[in-house]
Amino acid sequence: MIRFMNVHKWFKDLHVLNDVSLTVAAGEVVVVCGPSGSGKSTLIRTVNQLESINSGEIWVDGKNVADPKTDLNALRAKVGFVFQHFNLYPHLSVLDNITLSPLMVKKMERAAADKLALQLLERVGLAHKKDAFPAQLSGGQQQRVAIARGLAMQPQVMLFDEPTSALDPEMIGEVLHVMKDLAESGMTMMVVTHEMGFAREVADRVVFVDHGQIIEEAQPEEFFMNPQHDRAKQFLRQLLTPMQ
Amino acid sequence: MMGFDFSQIGPALPGLWDGMALTLKLLLMAVGGGVALGTVLALLRLSSNPLLSGIAKFYVNYFRSIPLLLVITWFYFVVPLVLRWITGEFVAVGAFTSCLVAFMMFEAAYYAEIVRAGIQSISKGQLNAAYALGMTYGQAMRLIILPQAFRKMMPLLLQQSIILFQDTSLVYAVGLMDFLNTARSKGDIVGQPHEFLILAGVVYFVISFGASFSVKRLQKRLAV
Repeated sequence: MIRFMNVHKWFKDLHVLNDVSLTVAAGEVVVVCGPSGSGKSTLIRTVNQLESINSGEIWVDGKNVADPKTDLNALRAKVGFVFQHFNLYPHLSVLDNITLSPLMVKKMERAAADKLALQLLERVGLAHKKDAFPAQLSGGQQQRVAIARGLAMQPQVMLFDEPTSALDPEMIGEVLHVMKDLAESGMTMMVVTHEMGFAREVADRVVFVDHGQIIEEAQPEEFFMNPQHDRAKQFLRQLLTPMQ
Repeated sequence: MMGFDFSQIGPALPGLWDGMALTLKLLLMAVGGGVALGTVLALLRLSSNPLLSGIAKFYVNYFRSIPLLLVITWFYFVVPLVLRWITGEFVAVGAFTSCLVAFMMFEAAYYAEIVRAGIQSISKGQLNAAYALGMTYGQAMRLIILPQAFRKMMPLLLQQSIILFQDTSLVYAVGLMDFLNTARSKGDIVGQPHEFLILAGVVYFVISFGASFSVKRLQKRLAV
């Protein structure tokens, strides 16, 4: 479904992605973790080309996204993206947030788009908030709406860029619950997160990124119980026991 | 000496209203056109294409650096010539049209800066979200960025339009009978120039100050 082939990216002198190769199969859930500044957010943003790359290839659903001839809008319509800061449209109601792209990009009928949006709101447990505005929702609710908004395009892949990092602790669970639900429904997912409980329970594979390189790639149990690389060991130690 | 005599103002009211109607018509059309052109200029200015952004920058800097009165008189002579050059035949262009074009193009330079700041005040995440959901640049601007930007900058756009309301009086230079020009000429005819100018002053003050006050209240409401 997604295949990175020798991807490089520089921000001026900084080598943010250094020869990254990775494959995410259809139906697979891959968690990407690593210290801040390691390039993991940049990595996930290259999949739908919110970030361009300098060399290498990224294939999504049989199309090379780095090829200038690829229709990026058509590609992005098939790839859902959930942001750390939700980025709901503040001037639109919850329902309009969800239906806007189906209506304008996919040219769906209004009635069908509304029906789909309500089904998705039901699925994330927020059908009663359809007429609310984003500012009236808690962070956790906003992120669930953002997930429904992404799903409304009926994507083949969902990308999550630290979806719970901006949330109060008591709201993280509700968002992870929706994501777990989604994973169990067979959605292909790539998730940048520090939620190791989620990784352990839901992920098929964990990828550890440091200094723009994938330095470890393993099944969750293996990664947590027996990390191979020193940097990964140190990272896990700090994550699990931050006070030491 | 003598006191003021406002007795002739009553009979002159219909004529004065005609003048005010022209002022308001000019104002509304100039604001509409100015904001539209200003928005286009702002988008060009923010374009990653250096040529487009350079053209917009030059336009804005140029019109902000010359007096409005110059633009009005200049357009009065130039607009008919340009139209003739384009269409190949002589087109009669009234003072109203040439003034309207002058105001639109002049004010667009000011509106462009307001719109640019408004667009830049919207977080980059909004554009990313729109792109991530498959929208084109045009859709993202029209549906996501500009509606939010306009809401934010509405007070500034209105303030600029109040200044434009006062500046419309400069059309006297090309003989257009706006409110001030009408008041002045009516006052001259009946021999009460001071009274008519005092009235004009009061009317401009009440409208501008009232509008300005309303904008401040709007600003407070939007800020919440």
